[in-house]
Amino acid sequence: MGFYLVQFLTGWADASGLFMVACGLTLIFGVSRIVNFAHGSFYMVGAYVAYTLITHLPATGMSFWGSILVAALVVGAIGIVVEVLLLRRLYHAPELFLLMGTFGIILIIQDLSRWLFGAEDLLGPQCPGLSGSISILGSLMPQYDLVLIAVALLILGLIWLLLNRTRWGILVRAATEDREMLAALGVNQSRLFTGVFFLGSFLTGLGGALQLPKGGADLLMDLNVIAAAFVVVVVGGMGSIQGAYLAALIIAELSSFGILVLPQSTLVMMFLVMAVVLVIRPYGLFGKPESMVHEAAGEPSATLRPAPARLKMLGLALLAVIALLPLVAGEFQLVLLTEIAILSLASMSLYFMMGPGGMVSFGHAAFFGGGAYAAALLVHYLQTPMELALGLAPLATGLLALIIGWFCVRLTGVYLAMLTLAFAQICWSIVFQWGSFTGGDDGILSIWPSAWADDKIVFYYLTMVICIGGVLALRAMVFTPFGYTMRACRDSPLRVDAIGIDLRRHQWLTFVLAGAFAGLAGGLYVFSKGSVFPDEMAISRSFDFLLMVLLGGVETLFGPVAGSAAFTWLHDQISRLAFWQLILGSIFIVLVVAFPQGIAGFFNNRFGRYFGAEPQG
Amino acid sequence: MTEPNHETMLEVSGLTAFYGKAQILFDLSLTIRRGEIVVLLGRNGAGKTTTFKSIIGLLPPADGEIRFKGRDITHLPPHKTCNLGLGYVPEDRRIFTQLTILENLEVGRQPPREGFVPWTFERLFDLFPNLAERRNQDAGTLSGGEQQMLTIARTLMGNPEMIILDEPSEGLAPVIVQQLADTIRRLKQEGVSIFLAEQNLNFSRFICDRAYIIHQGSVCHESAIEELSDKEYERYCSI
Ligand SMILES: Nc1ncnc2c1ncn2[C@@H]1O[C@H](COP(=O)(O)OP(=O)(O)O)[C@@H](O)[C@H]1O
Ligand SMILES: [Mg+2]
Repeated sequence: MGFYLVQFLTGWADASGLFMVACGLTLIFGVSRIVNFAHGSFYMVGAYVAYTLITHLPATGMSFWGSILVAALVVGAIGIVVEVLLLRRLYHAPELFLLMGTFGIILIIQDLSRWLFGAEDLLGPQCPGLSGSISILGSLMPQYDLVLIAVALLILGLIWLLLNRTRWGILVRAATEDREMLAALGVNQSRLFTGVFFLGSFLTGLGGALQLPKGGADLLMDLNVIAAAFVVVVVGGMGSIQGAYLAALIIAELSSFGILVLPQSTLVMMFLVMAVVLVIRPYGLFGKPESMVHEAAGEPSATLRPAPARLKMLGLALLAVIALLPLVAGEFQLVLLTEIAILSLASMSLYFMMGPGGMVSFGHAAFFGGGAYAAALLVHYLQTPMELALGLAPLATGLLALIIGWFCVRLTGVYLAMLTLAFAQICWSIVFQWGSFTGGDDGILSIWPSAWADDKIVFYYLTMVICIGGVLALRAMVFTPFGYTMRACRDSPLRVDAIGIDLRRHQWLTFVLAGAFAGLAGGLYVFSKGSVFPDEMAISRSFDFLLMVLLGGVETLFGPVAGSAAFTWLHDQISRLAFWQLILGSIFIVLVVAFPQGIAGFFNNRFGRYFGAEPQG
Repeated sequence: MTEPNHETMLEVSGLTAFYGKAQILFDLSLTIRRGEIVVLLGRNGAGKTTTFKSIIGLLPPADGEIRFKGRDITHLPPHKTCNLGLGYVPEDRRIFTQLTILENLEVGRQPPREGFVPWTFERLFDLFPNLAERRNQDAGTLSGGEQQMLTIARTLMGNPEMIILDEPSEGLAPVIVQQLADTIRRLKQEGVSIFLAEQNLNFSRFICDRAYIIHQGSVCHESAIEELSDKEYERYCSI
């Protein structure tokens, strides 16, 4: 009995930590509609700052708790700086562009933390006076865990009071419903946003600092915690504090007890809970449907047109260059170009969902990595020849997309995007934890092309043919009747529904097509690299694809290609430098602020008229 | 009833506005004087709401000038326009459904303004007795008429010198429309200037001093309300 009680309390303590991160995230999302991917980075900074303070001060209770408070305040201040200097400039940019800005922040904070605090994992200091355990019905329970539970409950209560009993809180809740009306009633939104950003960042910093005695500090904390925090926020309902608490509790208890039954299942469990909850309650436990009516009037999406003659000429010229390049380029350049082509196909398939399909995916790596693993496993276990493996990889990921898509097309907007992230994490966890079959962290090695293609130049041509073919096929699909319906589904779902088109079926098919093409790219990738690791399915891989699409701009059909080229080239140029993430992050931020339409969108505006396209914006 | 003096409250000149590439307002000009109730009549889609949004700052104008109490507000954001004493009641009401009635009123609260008796919860509940009984109820549970009263009350909490009301009588039962007319006349007695959009001519005749008619984005008629003939009205406003 005592054992189960302690297991329950331990789960509750985990939930408490999770709640503090999720609570800040949900507050920020509710008011500003910003999906702040950098939230996990703030959590990490909270842990590092608190660690530094605690280890430099005398080990007393006073200095421990003081350090934690100071760390949270520091993170709150960082939140203010980020909001005022960056996000405030972007509130009128498309929401997706905000994501790119927050990705930039993640990279910058990664490198700054590495520089300031070192790359080693830091073991968390104990809390003076609370490092022991107490006995509960014969089982031992760490005292600090009980304190965590109490602190989280206290915070829940204080935030409830703040939101329901103060004018500021009432304004925050009003902003969650209708920001424009709030402005028309004389409330300065900028100041309110800054305040909410401070509070949200403060809370996640506090969460990071408070978990030190349990978990320490390391450089992987940012992305590890952000996935969990998103799940909690989405399961609880975006913008709901009570929802976040309940969801954190459910998830933490399920893993706490799940680990007793199936030790390998903990990661999968969390995301499975999310998938189940979202299918039953598409807006989470306490969420409200996203209001479509009072969104500030955005620019209508640009009309996509078939390429005019001059653009076709440019395309042909490019093809000629690609065909002749092996005559002059060295092996190294060919390998880079091969990689660009493969990633272009993958990001084009993501664009196909996001742009014309109107469904943003935060988990596209599931299909890219899925294709890579499908091909690698076929070769490894069944000695499948490359040609067949390349044909089966898209089939496998198409099937995977059929399953994942069935859940996802029931949702819209951010909820849909989050669910794709959850499924991608399930796939990743399976690959990562099922080491006996997939090789786990060690990956699968020695996957080489068939003999005839095992030459860099031949493989270059093979890749080019498949990838250009794939990109053009996806592009052509946008201009078929299916493509028109797809865009109609995106632009006016209600009307499409009214004229009897099955919206979900179309979105589902879009999903499957995107998944299949990403799988094809993944298959090619394995043969180009000779190996595959779980990283190809990880969150950061999904973010890469998003960045490529965003860099290119979601308004243009060749944007993903331009974005992939730019991203891969940049990455290659700077990834040997010491602080390349810092540089890359800064470049993203400058790009977002300077060209809110992406690179291809920018060129389209500048030179589009010459190529017969309509200028945008 | 206080006679309108001739001090200008709001002056719009040469206003031009677009949604994206579509021009909606063409060189639109009008004036509201202190203490007046002025109606903007026009068909659906004539540009009434767009005019109001431009004045408030929700849709920045492409060209033209907007002055409020002599101050240029053409490019001010909505919260600053509101802080100067210009209140706005949108046509779709936009109450905060998950907040209680008291909380909705609290959102609208602004500091008192010189020369006006400040609005308090109690004074507003006096004016809208229906709301008083439900002050702690979620605003989402109110009927359409009560929601309309709540939006007006919420805007009054900002102690405005002038209120813009977008089609306040739309969709309300006749009894409620009568109450609304009484309320608007009461506001005039308090010294608040009122500029409203309407498609209900009788209602307008009952409460207004002057009328503008807007047609395809520009003003095509201006007169005292008594001088507006049914014929002239029908020419521009009948469907
Ligand atoms: N958000 C919008 N985007 C594009 N056009 C709009 C938008 N809102 C209104 N319009 C168009 O502007 C014109 C004027 O609309 P509006 O000002 O709402 O008219 P009214 O309030 O007089 O009925 C109409 O033709 C309408 O279709
Ligand atoms: Mg209107």
